[in-house]
Amino acid sequence: MSHPSSSLTPVRAILALALLAGVCGLAQAAGADLGQAQKQATNWTAIGMFGVFVVFTLFITKWAASRTKSAADFYTAGGGITGFQNGLAIAGDYMSAASFLGISAAVMVGGFDGLIYSIGFLVGWPVVTFLLAERLRNLGKFTFADVAAFRFSQTPVRMFAASGTLVVVAFYLIAQMVGAGQLIKLLFGLEYWIAVVIVGGLMMVYVLFGGMTATTWVQIIKAILLLGGATFMAFMVLWNFGFSPEAMFAKAVEVKTGLAAAAGKTPEEAAAAGFSIMGPGGFIKDPISAVSFGMALMFGTAGLPHILMRFFTVPNAKEARKSVGWATAWIGYFYILTFIIGFGAITFVLTNPDFLDAKGALKGGGNMAAIHLANAVGGNVFLGFISAVAFATILAVVAGLTLSGASAVSHDLYATVIKKGKADSAAELKVSRLTTVALGVVAVVLGIAFEKQNIAFMVSLAFAIAASANFPVLLMSVLWKGCTTRGVVIGGFLGLISSVGLTVVSPAVWEATLGNPKGSALFPYASPALFSMTIGFVGIWLFSILDSSARGRQDRDGFLAQQVRSETGIGAAGASGH
Amino acid sequence: MQTDLAHKIASHPRYQELKARRSSFGWRLTLAMLAVYYGFILLVAFDKPFLATRLGDGVMTIGMPIGLGVIVFTIVITVFYVRRANDEFDRLSDEINQAVLK
Repeated sequence: MSHPSSSLTPVRAILALALLAGVCGLAQAAGADLGQAQKQATNWTAIGMFGVFVVFTLFITKWAASRTKSAADFYTAGGGITGFQNGLAIAGDYMSAASFLGISAAVMVGGFDGLIYSIGFLVGWPVVTFLLAERLRNLGKFTFADVAAFRFSQTPVRMFAASGTLVVVAFYLIAQMVGAGQLIKLLFGLEYWIAVVIVGGLMMVYVLFGGMTATTWVQIIKAILLLGGATFMAFMVLWNFGFSPEAMFAKAVEVKTGLAAAAGKTPEEAAAAGFSIMGPGGFIKDPISAVSFGMALMFGTAGLPHILMRFFTVPNAKEARKSVGWATAWIGYFYILTFIIGFGAITFVLTNPDFLDAKGALKGGGNMAAIHLANAVGGNVFLGFISAVAFATILAVVAGLTLSGASAVSHDLYATVIKKGKADSAAELKVSRLTTVALGVVAVVLGIAFEKQNIAFMVSLAFAIAASANFPVLLMSVLWKGCTTRGVVIGGFLGLISSVGLTVVSPAVWEATLGNPKGSALFPYASPALFSMTIGFVGIWLFSILDSSARGRQDRDGFLAQQVRSETGIGAAGASGH
Repeated sequence: MQTDLAHKIASHPRYQELKARRSSFGWRLTLAMLAVYYGFILLVAFDKPFLATRLGDGVMTIGMPIGLGVIVFTIVITVFYVRRANDEFDRLSDEINQAVLK
């Protein structure tokens, strides 16, 4: 199998990128001694490095485009990704700019609270591994709806799955676009909306032409760059404290105490405020919010369509398991790094007037902790590198999200519901691409509309919906014999509607976004998951056992064949489209 | 998959063994993960002062190693499952595959 442009292999291309970045950095380092007047040069480093990344990823896209001929190539890169590569790509999807910037900022503000937040994001992975990963690979082909609808009536289940996918993708996209806008506004001095348009445009190019192959390789490269950059930052922070966590924590407490005292607190109050970063604080206010929030993060992971889709890019169940093993290890490592980076930001960023505005707040907004820390520990060149990586992160994640949204429309709605499974590959591919453009436009519009939201929190909304709608449907359809079409569709929609509805009337949206007075939100808790997940599961169970239709009997009769295939992989969709 | 083949596999003793082993292993580890995570969350919800207890004279609190421990536990338990599944479960799957498809 040879392709005209296959001389540009991803590995060779990575080396080229590393070289270019190095050259760019050296040139900048040489010019860094020219004094304050050169401050503008900081931006040019970031822009230069980002430019290198863009040019390079466009080459990958060109290479990928030559391999993207069928719908299978577009959705799953032809099933030719290895477990290790896929593990990095999954980690890349998960290590979004929202988690990198949002969690390090949350640690900088709340210390231990940020750790609670990141742990929640991690603990869903074992659940995915133990209950879903290999079964997904054995049952599915392109989208999670292939699995959810395996033995059911296709049309209603696919319509539910497409709705669940699109709503989750929409919320997740908003978070990413807002992050992109803030970041580029700070770094390049561009208007917020222009930044959002650039991200939308580039992402569309990756997905339109390169499909899953380009999206995966962009994700892998970015994951390596991000893990490398974050490792360096955490190393530099620890190095400054002689690799003593105690010294780092002590300094952070001292800084926080000083800030509280400066804000007019009495010495005792200030000491308590300073020490509060070492234990749980106000992030989790009441037990119901705590458990509800934990459920959203833990089970939401198992319901994110762009993550689930990645299980179909590997050839078999063994590689699917390996992917999720690697992904969990990388993500866990990354969260340990963001924790150190957050504490580093307390000690190096909050103490340096260069990074603060007149009121003592971070320049560029609350999510810029990690970006300023990069400057503090690595200078302008490293700031440029981390900024470029953060931007690349947003691009890669947005591309993956858009691809999964486009697949839901073209594979689940167009090919299966409208064409009843008889669409030809070229027509399906065309619909995917049209949807990609439509989603790109929607992402840009929503990104602009949600400019002022905290981006890490927006992601948790997407998780709540994924946990309440997609996850119960997947789990019940794969593991419970009694489950029927009617059950999953009604229960799934109940989970979806209740999670979105409760989110709208929760303080974060009702008061902070829609501008209603404080205390007027009907739903007082931080996350709807405890309630909406219960509604989803009970709905599926209840409407399944009440279902005495002929279709329901057929659904239950189909369980044995589904279970045999999910357990053994015999009959699973072929690995490679080539 | 044809229904007769499905029935043939389903009645194979190795298949029953695979299903039972994987299912009990998977659920036991899931319960372990749930217990660790919700134990941690309930500690956060109900006993904040405990997590903020100092270890020794410095500022280090007991919450820090516990939180870090949850992260490490998550990675270890996942890798543990993947290793066993890729060895033992896949061997059983292959045996079934060869037995019924020959």
